[in-house]
Amino acid sequence: MSEIRFTDQHEWVRVEGNTATIGITDYAQEQLGDVVYVELPEVGKAMAAGDEAAVVESVKAASEVYAPVSGEVVEVNADLEGAPGGVNEDAMGRGWFVKIKLSDTSELAKLMDEDAYKAFLEGLA
Amino acid sequence: MIRANLKALMTTDHAAPENLEVTPLHALHIELGAKMVPFAGYDMPVQYKDGVLTEHLHTRAAAGLFDVSHMGQAFLVGPDHATVSAALEALVPGDIAGLTPGAIRYTLLLNDKGGIRDDLMVTRTTRDGTLFIIVNAACKHQDFAHIEANLPAGVKLNRIEDRALIALQGPKAVEVLTRFAPAVKDMDFMTSRDMDVAGIPCYVSRSGYTGEDGNEISVPADKVVELSKKLLAEAEVKPIGLGARDSLRLEAGLCLYGHDIDETTTPIEGGLGWAIGKRRRAEANFPGASIIMAQIADGVSRKRVGILPDGKAPARDHTEVVDASGKVIGEITSGSYGPTVGGPIAMGYVETAFAKVGTDVELMVRGKGRPAKIVALPFVEKRFHRPATK
Repeated sequence: MSEIRFTDQHEWVRVEGNTATIGITDYAQEQLGDVVYVELPEVGKAMAAGDEAAVVESVKAASEVYAPVSGEVVEVNADLEGAPGGVNEDAMGRGWFVKIKLSDTSELAKLMDEDAYKAFLEGLA
Repeated sequence: MIRANLKALMTTDHAAPENLEVTPLHALHIELGAKMVPFAGYDMPVQYKDGVLTEHLHTRAAAGLFDVSHMGQAFLVGPDHATVSAALEALVPGDIAGLTPGAIRYTLLLNDKGGIRDDLMVTRTTRDGTLFIIVNAACKHQDFAHIEANLPAGVKLNRIEDRALIALQGPKAVEVLTRFAPAVKDMDFMTSRDMDVAGIPCYVSRSGYTGEDGNEISVPADKVVELSKKLLAEAEVKPIGLGARDSLRLEAGLCLYGHDIDETTTPIEGGLGWAIGKRRRAEANFPGASIIMAQIADGVSRKRVGILPDGKAPARDHTEVVDASGKVIGEITSGSYGPTVGGPIAMGYVETAFAKVGTDVELMVRGKGRPAKIVALPFVEKRFHRPATK
């Protein structure tokens, strides 16, 4: 069973067991435009919810990806270093950034579920 | 993420925000699916549907159409060329008197300290005593006020409010425009002519801001939609936004006013000494001449250089440049990803001791020093059309 949650900064987090995969939403990649560089953290780094988890850069600008939840980085998506365009092609899938081991599963409850995020996007339009 | 950066990119409403001006092509930009952003007080297209990367590469491969109607156009009019060129030469270091009819010169409005108020294009038109000038959008009101405040009796600045400005740039640009105005084919780079384009009276120059061959076309505001649609209907032409305009000019090593040059930088520090005419150096009668002539004689303490990051991380504007010991020796003034280069590129100012091509430096990106090299500009070879031999 996996469940997916969203932040109002357009990150997603998919939880399986106590591992959370983090990425940016399709809406975010669309707004950013062509991703040309992704900077990922070191495996083993501890981060609190709201900390900078990664950096994603388009031709025009750099944006931070914040950790939606707290935990320790257990894996990063090294494929993005050679092919950052994967974020544009499949933001919710292959374009993931980091996996972290959750330290506090109760944080998930503060995030939006899929329906809430959809409604949030409609509010932006 | 994206709190600050995306906000700027999110304006896709059909109406421009109330505090912004629009160009005559605004509705066409929306129709073409542009993402609109505020730029220099205007609601402008930063990109269209294809995105910055594709638009950039398309311009280098074929032809891109840019709306630059936000820029300031004006005529400087006097009784004859000698009078009107002398009036402008009081404010700029370029040789304006020596322009032949139809010739264009890049020059600089200087302050009394030799700092750059703006950079501009000056054309000697074929009407005696009339110069055509184009200045940056963000500076146009203060530029025009400054010029007017310093004109001698008998010379007048006439702002052009009823003309739009478009640029067609790329290796196929001239070929495309020639279909609508055959005389374009025979023009040399940095020359201008009045001619009909698709039956519309235009001022056409062979010039640009991308490092590519191409044209800039001053066209009556009420005809610019018609002309733009005709150009866009040609197979080689796509609309290109300000995002690609910026990455194209950076790869070409061209300065963006307010970033790479400003009131605190002189032409010598900025590597624009070539824009100071030989006669003007001898006369030394332009604003800030004593400072600038001393810099030519004695050198400067910092210089604008090309900077190539070793890795893949772009280094953006205001990134600190440091030496091996971590001492700050300069700052990046334009930093981006260069789509044609296929990696990050930048330019900025460094202390003269570090300005030599090949010098190793470090760039402080997100608190970490990252290796980079000082390199020669431009990053891509310019493909301007020059006369063979004359």
